[in-house]
Amino acid sequence: MKFFLKKFLDLIPTLLGISLICFFIIRLIPGDPVLNLVGERGVDPVRYAEMKHNLGLDLPIIQQFWFFVKNACMGNLGTSIVSNNSVWAEFIERFPATFELGMFSLFFATIIGIPLGIYAALKRNSFFDYFLMGTSLIGYSMPIFWWGLILILLFSVKLGLTPVSGRIELTYDIPVMTGLYLIDTLQSAVVKAEGFAPFWSAIKHLILPAIALGTIPLAVIARMTRSSMLEVLGEDYIRTARAKGMNKTRIVYIHALRNALVPIVTTLALLFGSIITGAILTETIFSWPGIGKWIVQSITSRDYPVIQGGVLIISFIIVMTNIIVDVIYYFLNPKMR
Amino acid sequence: MKQFFSELYFELKKNRGAMIGIVIIFLSIIIALLAPVIAPHNPTEVFSDSLRLPPSFLEGGKAGFFFGTDDIGRDLLSRLIYGSRISLAVGFSVVVLALFTGTILGVVAGFYGGLVDRIIMRLTDLIMSLPSILFAIVIVAVLGPGITNSIIAVAVVAVPNFIRIIRAQVLVEKNKQYVSAAKLFGAGHFRIMFVEILPNCMAPLIVQASLGFSDGILNVAALGFLGLGAQAPMSEWGTMLSDARSFIESSPWMVTLPGLCILVTVLSFNLLGDGLRDALDPRLKKQN
Amino acid sequence: MSETLLEVSNLNIFFKSDKNPEPIHAVRDLSFSLKQGEMLGVVGESGSGKSITNLALMGILGDNSIVKADKLHFNNRDLLTLKEQEWQKVRGGEISMIFQDPMTALNPFLTVEFQIVETILAHKKISKKEARELAIELLAQVGITSPAERLKAYPFELSGGMAQRVMIAMAISTGPKLLIADEPTTALDVTIQKQILTLIKSLQEKNNMSVILVTHDLGVVSEFSERVQVMYAGELVETAMTKKLIQHPYHPYSYGLLSSRPGAVVRAAKSDLPSIPGIVPAFHQRPTGCQFHPRCPHVQNDCISSPIALENGIRCLHPMKEEVV
Repeated sequence: MKFFLKKFLDLIPTLLGISLICFFIIRLIPGDPVLNLVGERGVDPVRYAEMKHNLGLDLPIIQQFWFFVKNACMGNLGTSIVSNNSVWAEFIERFPATFELGMFSLFFATIIGIPLGIYAALKRNSFFDYFLMGTSLIGYSMPIFWWGLILILLFSVKLGLTPVSGRIELTYDIPVMTGLYLIDTLQSAVVKAEGFAPFWSAIKHLILPAIALGTIPLAVIARMTRSSMLEVLGEDYIRTARAKGMNKTRIVYIHALRNALVPIVTTLALLFGSIITGAILTETIFSWPGIGKWIVQSITSRDYPVIQGGVLIISFIIVMTNIIVDVIYYFLNPKMR
Repeated sequence: MKQFFSELYFELKKNRGAMIGIVIIFLSIIIALLAPVIAPHNPTEVFSDSLRLPPSFLEGGKAGFFFGTDDIGRDLLSRLIYGSRISLAVGFSVVVLALFTGTILGVVAGFYGGLVDRIIMRLTDLIMSLPSILFAIVIVAVLGPGITNSIIAVAVVAVPNFIRIIRAQVLVEKNKQYVSAAKLFGAGHFRIMFVEILPNCMAPLIVQASLGFSDGILNVAALGFLGLGAQAPMSEWGTMLSDARSFIESSPWMVTLPGLCILVTVLSFNLLGDGLRDALDPRLKKQN
Repeated sequence: MSETLLEVSNLNIFFKSDKNPEPIHAVRDLSFSLKQGEMLGVVGESGSGKSITNLALMGILGDNSIVKADKLHFNNRDLLTLKEQEWQKVRGGEISMIFQDPMTALNPFLTVEFQIVETILAHKKISKKEARELAIELLAQVGITSPAERLKAYPFELSGGMAQRVMIAMAISTGPKLLIADEPTTALDVTIQKQILTLIKSLQEKNNMSVILVTHDLGVVSEFSERVQVMYAGELVETAMTKKLIQHPYHPYSYGLLSSRPGAVVRAAKSDLPSIPGIVPAFHQRPTGCQFHPRCPHVQNDCISSPIALENGIRCLHPMKEEVV
């Protein structure tokens, strides 16, 4: 319990720091903050003053920060200059797309990467081991903005197997339930018996961006699993397990893997950040309507409230994920309890 | 020191991957240095009669444009060759900036501890809690796009890694006897930190520098790709990719080649970094 | 006279290595036998090949090892021809092993209960519930108080001595015929050492189990085992009844081990050896002739040239004449 309390208390300065950065983004950008925030040129002085007051920019800076944090806590992150929608609403609209893509990639990276890493560790110094480690280093060094384009070139342009952009064929009108198209389309197919065509379309759209986004995590997970497994397999208690007459499967899965998983879980947490980084690039390439593309667009269109709010939410999500991972770690590792 | 490097080289020679990395890095440095000599054309020279020509060994290619031309008729090979100058310079600048800042902050944090340490570590936690590209994007958004600003942004993102590594090492070293001895002889804090302790933190620093090189090149290229890094007509590989995107169907070579250059360069530094880590990490050494 | 349980004849163990084309010869021509219910002490410094021999007896040496022997019979079965699945029945079932450091030898992520019960279930056809009850009984037998509660503990919640007791309980849970104790007390507090050894001795007598007690401390052996063999650099250098060897070691190495013990008084002033100079040679740079000759204070010319045979339990051309008190 003390552990959770400490984690929770650790959260506060981090979140405050993030808020501070986001708060200052707008105030550090060259130019008048009112004009930056409102995005209009040449407003008349009366309206200017009114806006300045509405935005609270006439208050002392400490108070401004206080209002910023208070508003952020209540979900009020300002309004987009471009669309005039609230930043929070725009985020909510786009988040499921990124979530679906990110989870799909991470899921496959994990279920492919862990077995590959285990196998490489068990066959240490074999051809497979060298091959996997070589390939994974290439994957790890991959500029994914290029990799995405190459995938498009190969699978869409040359082979015509997959669509180039978007989440689903525009002809399908799927009622939004979760915002996760795989689930929504599956639901309409199963519950309403409207056929699986939309589901396949969603899968086809998802597959290339997921490969592009999942490549680095896959490489990292495979490498991490291998080294973690090798370390554990060299431990005394593995020798004990062998001396007890345990069979190989049991040694690998019960005695070694569980212990090797602990650092892998931590790695997964770090990958979450790289998934967001990757999403920024992947979504730009595949015109995936998620938060990555949203942020990039907001930068090109100088939509500062969106940059500010978007960074704040994304950082918040990452900090929260790290906490969740700490909790999982806590339950995985009996020494912590 | 000399012995350290000769031993390091001896260890590295056994690692095939690291040697491949070193050879590629060496080659790209030569290419970058000799760019004006090797490149068949000026990288910004426009051949308006030769737009988007395929490589000369493919159908429709023209002799003289070995890797073809881009959308406004510039020789792709020359641009790629000059691009290696930019990438290496970028990687170097990022590493130097991050190394310098990170080392000072890390040594100070580790050596003094207490409040200074807490403040520095809070800051690194903060930067690390943001995804690197996102944070770099934010910095570029504030400073404005351009190659210099993107180098600064990427360097800022890279600093925490250096701080952490140096600090951890300093915490180990500062309790060793040679430090106490130096104190007894009346060495000042500055001398103890940077003359006594720092040279003993070389091993992890070298590894991180190599990995920082690849990260730096990759991140600056990514910013270039997003249109926030190097601006036209600079032949930066990421920016070239971004320009080539719209021609992916008709002129795939414009997409393939710059990315391949990024991949190979980044890979070579990662190979070297991995090899260095294996060579310098005594724990792993024992396992082998 | 009870039956012979383990018979080893000319056991040789090699390790393949990337660096050397020649495999490393770690254990040479080791022959010994062990009777049912007997305790054999094996003494030697680290690098003498004693631990490797144990792992070979368990069939758990790494893939880079080659084990050759004229005879490696356990309980009238040839261990050399066992397949992996048959090995798994022998390991933990008929031959059990406990290790030097109980804290690292137990899996830190699994409870004591899990680790003992899985061992029992792997070798005995009983229900999980019965296995649990047996585990409690065993823990009580090895002297752990409130065994039912201890079952739920993780290894790091135990003290070193307690963890070794758990290891012992686990090792005897399947009623093995042979227990190999590889330096079972080296990592423990001095006060605990004797308790653990006494426990092993009492279990040996009660269950009529054979024990191979490996240690680098001749003193430990002298108190607990009837017979002792001294190993050096992969070779057996001297074997005798413990009482005799303690009184009169013939091999200079045994002599050195004995006299370097605290409290030992060397009778002859001429050869006072407070310690044995030098270290055990590494596997890949073994000397010719007598393995001990570079460190031996009584080395003569004929020691250096050709390998020395084991005669009357002594591998030495010029056995010691002095006795040790």
